[in-house]
Amino acid sequence: MAAIEISGLDVVRGGRLVLRGIDLSVADSIVTGLLGPSGSGKTTVMRCIVGLQRYEGSVQVLGREAGEPLLRREIGYMTQSPSVYPDLSAGANVGYHAALHGRPRGSAAEAIDMVGLADRGGQLVGTMSGGERSRVSLACALVAEPRMLVLDEPTVGLDPVLRRDLWQLFRSMSGERGVTLLVSSHVMDEAHRCDELVLLREGRLLAHDAPDQLLARTGASEMEEAFLRLIETTPEVSR
Amino acid sequence: MNVRLTLTTAGRVLSQLRHDRRTLALVLVVPCVLLWLLSEVFRDAPGVFDRIGPALLGVFPFITMFLVTSVAMVRERTSGTLERLLTTPIGRTDLVLGYALAFGLLALLQAALACTVALWLLGLAAPASVTVLVVLAIANAVLGAALGLGLSSLASTEFQAVQFLPAVVFPQLLLCGLFVPTDQMAGWLDALSRVMPLRYAVDGISQLTGAVSVPSAVWTDLAVVAGFAVVALGLGAATLRRRTA
Repeated sequence: MAAIEISGLDVVRGGRLVLRGIDLSVADSIVTGLLGPSGSGKTTVMRCIVGLQRYEGSVQVLGREAGEPLLRREIGYMTQSPSVYPDLSAGANVGYHAALHGRPRGSAAEAIDMVGLADRGGQLVGTMSGGERSRVSLACALVAEPRMLVLDEPTVGLDPVLRRDLWQLFRSMSGERGVTLLVSSHVMDEAHRCDELVLLREGRLLAHDAPDQLLARTGASEMEEAFLRLIETTPEVSR
Repeated sequence: MNVRLTLTTAGRVLSQLRHDRRTLALVLVVPCVLLWLLSEVFRDAPGVFDRIGPALLGVFPFITMFLVTSVAMVRERTSGTLERLLTTPIGRTDLVLGYALAFGLLALLQAALACTVALWLLGLAAPASVTVLVVLAIANAVLGAALGLGLSSLASTEFQAVQFLPAVVFPQLLLCGLFVPTDQMAGWLDALSRVMPLRYAVDGISQLTGAVSVPSAVWTDLAVVAGFAVVALGLGAATLRRRTA
């Protein structure tokens, strides 16, 4: 069964058509990367899935129309800019989300541990670096232990070791716990860490395939190049 | 509605306040200092402090809570935390009630402290019932918080939220009967003040001041203030729109 089934998705924001006729089927229990340059519509697709965005068309998530109240128990969403309270400690931030999802007390510490901030739970988020805040924000999504994680650029600006660790975490969550992950990035070199890739550009879906398939199909040696070739070979749809 | 989520949210807001010692100190100390200043200003005009003082015990919590809540809500909106909360199982009513509860508790502290200072240190004439006075002060605070919550959706920045103070609170201050008793105002001003909640709060408190036992009109005033607060909270919850264009 597909975890996310999108068809004919159009979104107008600020009088501009930011998503045009997206058809997309995201498989269950794998890591799908949502790639594209800034402004390509990645965040808007995610906002549709988590029920924050008005749209035209159909967006089915875990068998329900996006935005249905029951889905809020099943999806963990991490926004692009860290949405955490700077005047609370990391532990209190994650603990609040744990409580909202009815998770036990100890789960907050576990989630903080998962994002590599084990000894920093007591620190005020306002005194943390941007990358650390972002990881606290990620922990807030993880603590819900949802069936689906929608993560908007979770690894941006992090050091390479941390990035690798987080991707390992994402992979193990899908592999061992069967969580469906949709992870956006504008960094093409993160593409090979995903099971499948969705390439977006200017609100249109360019391609949806496994990373090696995309490379093979375009004859490119790396993802950046594959992306360029896809842009060049995709016929321009009239606006 | 979910009591556990409401309490959790109130707890979260309170621990945010606990980390903001300066705001806390300002909220608690400033009303006391202002009351002291007022009593000094009217030192040689007997009776004036006894008339205005109690009303201010109701007005201060209203103003502080209005400001604190509207800025807190705008912050919650602009920082993205509100949007994220709306993707979690918490309902909009739980969220709004959680805020009202947290700021209501803060208001309880503020009112209790201001009443103590006014009655025992500044020699304010005792009202018919100190408890009812504190209850009215808290109702005012919740009203302020509720209006702040409701109006915060009209402000997209903290600058705008702060400007709602002169826009929404000052007219009520002018017309609530504090400066000129409502029955001495021009008819249209009196009519205008009848749709403003602060009028009932100040009326309730002044009824309480001159009396030996609690007049029944006080309960009517309290009910009106509470009614306004409930409506404003409802509007606050209704304006927390989950989906945006």
